[in-house]
Amino acid sequence: MRFYEYESKALFARHRLPLGKGGVARSREEAASVAREIGGPVVLKSQVLSGGRMKAGAVKFADGPDECPALFDQILPIEVNGQKARSVLVEEKSPVAQEYFVSVTWDGRRKLPVLLFSDMGGIDIEEVAEKHPEHVSKTHFSSILPITPRIAKEAIAATGVSGGHLNKLTPIVFELMKIFLEYDLTLAEVNPLARLEDGRFIVLDGHVDMEAEARGRHKALLAELGVGEDETRQAREPTAFEIAGRKVNEVDHRGVAGNVVEFDGNLGLVIGAGGGSLTLFDAVRKHGGKPANYCEIGGNPSVTKACELTKLILSKPGVEKIAVMMNVVSNTRVDIVARGVVKGCLESGKDPKDVIAIFRIPGSWEDEGFKILEKYGVEYCDRSISMYEAAGKAVAKMGGATS
Amino acid sequence: MPGLFIDVKVADAVAKDPELAKKLEEVCPVSIFRANDSGVEIVEENLDECVLCDLCIQAAPDGQVQVVKLYES
Repeated sequence: MRFYEYESKALFARHRLPLGKGGVARSREEAASVAREIGGPVVLKSQVLSGGRMKAGAVKFADGPDECPALFDQILPIEVNGQKARSVLVEEKSPVAQEYFVSVTWDGRRKLPVLLFSDMGGIDIEEVAEKHPEHVSKTHFSSILPITPRIAKEAIAATGVSGGHLNKLTPIVFELMKIFLEYDLTLAEVNPLARLEDGRFIVLDGHVDMEAEARGRHKALLAELGVGEDETRQAREPTAFEIAGRKVNEVDHRGVAGNVVEFDGNLGLVIGAGGGSLTLFDAVRKHGGKPANYCEIGGNPSVTKACELTKLILSKPGVEKIAVMMNVVSNTRVDIVARGVVKGCLESGKDPKDVIAIFRIPGSWEDEGFKILEKYGVEYCDRSISMYEAAGKAVAKMGGATS
Repeated sequence: MPGLFIDVKVADAVAKDPELAKKLEEVCPVSIFRANDSGVEIVEENLDECVLCDLCIQAAPDGQVQVVKLYES
């Protein structure tokens, strides 16, 4: 769940991270008023849940309050990557001597938080890592054991920063690590963290992303920041197809058959189990297939739930076939899912053997499931066929690679 | 009317026994049985949810409740 920049900064302010003067403006008058309070040159930044603001023209500079109303009017209607601006953040324009990059995120492979630091901030960090790897440090730390400022200090020093700058940066970076852990964040990023010409360090721009599942644990913070309970804060609004998918999952408590995401391909996917959804989605794409959707099934959904999900996917315009594929299942039963998808096909007026490109769910009660599939003439495979191979079979049935 | 995959057959003697009907309603994890004053009725829309746990078979006298897998016939 993304935070707007002004919310991220409000969170940083709670932890005394150094911030420049500024305020949020929701009207042209407010923009001038905030600028007047600041005094001197200001920067006006569109508050959207997307990067690329500068390129879109949604960041502008003013020498004083008089210019702000007109700039506010220019910035507010600009859509950045499909995102409309909620408000405009007006901040003091600071004379920068050097920019740094600090980010704390989650390393899914190492299953640990990772601190990324660079003394070349303000630009694309991937580019810095490629061209100047000695200026980027990557430090994993525990999310269970206590952390100390030493971790931050070593990460900063690894990029060649020393002396007074190292001493001033360390508490800022350490605090960001603590914020990441305390609020169940998936991203806490400051880019750039600036050293001003007068020697001060301040956060110029910051982004925070909270694990959506953790919302319940941080109700007080979210209320303080003004984040509404109904705000999804996703990169885009859910489509009618996705909303229907959510309903399929919500009406029946048994198992999971949801988290449906719409794509524009022709192969419907009924996928899941232990990370299987992402793996299988990627495998379909790797084989040149075009998924019509992403979804997650698992936790032993009922026949009804699997049936309704299948019907929903088959109802999507452009879907020619579905691939029913999962990782090896334990608590989810193969026969129950088989019943659901076969029933879903029949209730959609389609023959399961024509419309199910492949059924690959090995595991619990698979023999019973395979009997059902045999009865309806559906091609299936067991665990001797990998998820990648199964995805390849599905794509081949669609006529091979389509892109 | 049977489900698409599962049918459950209850012998008349059992079907009209209110006590046994209550027991069947209680043991079935997917609510295939509904007890009423005159015995038990089958909830047809739940038949395909049967998880083949056999608890209904065990709750009734031998052979009085049968779970039929229609995909095997």
